[in-house]
Amino acid sequence: MAERYDAIVVGAGHNGLVCAALLAKGGKKVLVLEANERVGGAAVTREFADGYSVSSCAHLLYQLQPQVEKDLGLKPALVASGLHTVALAKDGKHVRIVGNEVSGAGQDDADSYRRFHARMCRYADLLKTYVNQTPPRLGRDAPKGDMLTLARLGFDLRRLGRTEMREFLRLIGMNIYDEVVERFGSQLLRGAISLDAVTGTHLGPRSPNTILTYLYRLAGRHAELCQPAGGMGGIAEALAERARSFGAVIRTGMPVRRIVVENGRAAGVECENGDAFSSWLVVSNADPKTTIMKLVGTRHVETGFTHRIHHLRMRGNVAKLHLALDGLPSMSGVDKREYGDRFIIAPDENYVERAFNHAKYGETSASPVFEITFPSFRDTSLAPTGKHVMSAIVQYAPYALREGWSEKSKKAFIDTCMQVMADYLPDLAGRVTATELLTPADIESQFHVTGGHWHHGELALDAFLFTRPVGGAAQYAMPLDGLYLCGAGAHPGGGVSGAAGRNAARQILKREKSV
Amino acid sequence: MSVQEVEQGRLRSPFYPRQSELDRLNLWHEWKGFSSADGFFDTGLEYFSVRNSTGVFDISPMTKYRITGPDSLDFIDRLVTRDMQKIRPGRVAYAAWCDDQGQVIDDGTIFHLREGEYRLCSQERHMSWFRAAAIGMDVDIADETLDIAALAVQGPTSYSILRQLDIPGLDELKPFGLLHADFEGSELMVSRTGFTGDLGYEIWIETKQAVPLWDALFEAGRLYGIRAIGTAALDLARIEAGFIQAYSDFLPANATVRPGRSRSPLELGLDWLVDFKKPVFNGRRALAKEKRRGSTWRLVKLDIEGNKPAHHSYIYPAPSGQKEVGFITSAAWSPVCKQNIALGSVRTPHGKPGDRLWVEIYYQREMHWSRVMAEATVVEQPFWNPARRRATPPGPY
Repeated sequence: MAERYDAIVVGAGHNGLVCAALLAKGGKKVLVLEANERVGGAAVTREFADGYSVSSCAHLLYQLQPQVEKDLGLKPALVASGLHTVALAKDGKHVRIVGNEVSGAGQDDADSYRRFHARMCRYADLLKTYVNQTPPRLGRDAPKGDMLTLARLGFDLRRLGRTEMREFLRLIGMNIYDEVVERFGSQLLRGAISLDAVTGTHLGPRSPNTILTYLYRLAGRHAELCQPAGGMGGIAEALAERARSFGAVIRTGMPVRRIVVENGRAAGVECENGDAFSSWLVVSNADPKTTIMKLVGTRHVETGFTHRIHHLRMRGNVAKLHLALDGLPSMSGVDKREYGDRFIIAPDENYVERAFNHAKYGETSASPVFEITFPSFRDTSLAPTGKHVMSAIVQYAPYALREGWSEKSKKAFIDTCMQVMADYLPDLAGRVTATELLTPADIESQFHVTGGHWHHGELALDAFLFTRPVGGAAQYAMPLDGLYLCGAGAHPGGGVSGAAGRNAARQILKREKSV
Repeated sequence: MSVQEVEQGRLRSPFYPRQSELDRLNLWHEWKGFSSADGFFDTGLEYFSVRNSTGVFDISPMTKYRITGPDSLDFIDRLVTRDMQKIRPGRVAYAAWCDDQGQVIDDGTIFHLREGEYRLCSQERHMSWFRAAAIGMDVDIADETLDIAALAVQGPTSYSILRQLDIPGLDELKPFGLLHADFEGSELMVSRTGFTGDLGYEIWIETKQAVPLWDALFEAGRLYGIRAIGTAALDLARIEAGFIQAYSDFLPANATVRPGRSRSPLELGLDWLVDFKKPVFNGRRALAKEKRRGSTWRLVKLDIEGNKPAHHSYIYPAPSGQKEVGFITSAAWSPVCKQNIALGSVRTPHGKPGDRLWVEIYYQREMHWSRVMAEATVVEQPFWNPARRRATPPGPY
């Protein structure tokens, strides 16, 4: 007889932990099973060279929803907050952005940015309400509560005022490129905003709905950049601690082989090592494709649903580059105390678009875009004394590289990255003592995310709110009784926000009560 | 200058060399890319051959899929609403398949040819839906429409005719059974199936043997009143048998745009095909809900007073004709039953067996239109359902 739990959460990613904690808080006996040895999923800090550690995927915290912190009583340990973004220029005349302020781009752009930022934040605040709740169901037999939510969405939109509502509706499906070109003169500023809109996606600045992805980034905390203590793994550990404090059992190194389906409903899970656990409630933190195609098996769900899940767009495009350095590299025009900030290489909007062009055809960018941090500058636990680590998000490195990911192609991409960065960090190469490149293929194999996609599925208007991950399954409950999604593939999407996990837990508790 | 035939871009049946010799009407329509005859000589006589001797209808254009592979049973079992585990090799199942909303995409027959090897026949083409249904399963689906020639041999003397072909096991072949036999070195498949509601068979062979099979069949049937028939005769026979047809009595769910224009199997009188004991099949969740809440529509068989076929008529609950509750989808004067019959779709709770409804029939006499409000009774059984359809072995006629 397999051990029985009220709920089993498959995967201890940050959303899985949030969900498990809230379910446990709600009185459920919860078991969390994580394939890797550490909790956190992609929100993890790993040692990549002797003494050098770094956040393996996301390295800055800017989306963690205040509601999640409140519900869990979580106080994330931060080594820094309110980081500046420094858009690097070859000549050292950088543009710096923090909050609604821009310096180095001229007075006109500073004014424009203030207006732009205010408007974007207004829209993001509207979005935030819906990011933090289960999307309403549409259709003739939608429950009353959902109709009310929908009515409120309409009302909130209308409350923006006629002009602003029109502007919102105009912008939401639009691309960021047109908007930055219209508003700003500074190419560095245009490039920086473009980068923020496309990070983690298979989109370029000229792709549709890149304003939506930009707003998504702002929803919650207006994208205030924070550096968690001990890297992103610190956040995961804190979440795991909260979950355990509510009574959840977390077991790592326990990859789930399959979700057991009995008589048309989820009945438990079976691990790779043969251990089985029973539960009428299985909550998957894995991406929708892994959950349905691999863990459940398509034969247990209906065809239309299978077909939609099968066609989810999960083309990861982000590589993580980690360098162990024997000292901080020099950057012209950057003050020593600024090294804790966020540096980006996206000199203009067309540069970002051109970088994306390659990805469309299965090639890595000839001139990639970068988001660079030196986390060890503020957090000495990450590198030996006097030494440093560099953590860079590099785009675009397509999952389905035409020539395939191999040591050779990885080496070639590292060379490309070093070459591009050399223009801004001239003595970087000489300081490198160890290198790690995580391609989307590595992210897939090490973190079990199909396609190595940040959001567990493209963040786009056709996969948002009522239709995330797919229509008919947007309220966390999958069309298999007892099976729920709680990861980034569900509404609202990826990023270390905890929203999907929290919404899922609330929805599960609500539904279980009504049964 | 001689008159040239217009190329129509249609396929010809493998039986066309023989059909063209019999054709006196030159009435052909398109059926899934093929030319198919409305009739060959006289549609009325063709119909009577089905009921009184034997009519041969060419079903080569029917869509045929070969489904094989380790997961073939699991694939089909999830695809259709009925329990396919019960259909042993050598048996045939009539089945319907639905989308996730529990709306019928099509119906058809599934032949369990050999262990794990199936042939699925339907009116419409479904490769894309089947491919989607096969995601994550080890199953091979091949369209074999062009490879297999087939004839429906239907009518009281059909058994006597096929007996002349020395087919071992024919005597014991029960309704919805199938057998394999040899025909001049090729495999002949014989199934006791059909679309006429009468004693009858369907015979299947590789395309290149089509004409020799036709010749052997018609030679065997010479003294048993065998006759090639077209769609007009078949359509009349199938209405008498109470069989529904896509695009007449329902629209395939994937061909509808407006909500409420498709039908569930429960709304098409196919409840007996829906097995809720199966833990999963396409449409199960939606159909279980519909079962709990009640259906919107009901398929009715109507026995209508008078002799004017109720084509396209509205159906009313009262002769005042104030508020219609449905419409006729197929209608005919049945020569063999001597009844004015129809199939229709009515809103629940109307249309229970025994209910009396009214149909508004428009008819034309010398250009002028007239209208009659005719009383109709909802009947439960097929209009035509002779005992010989089920007898094994069938009697000689």
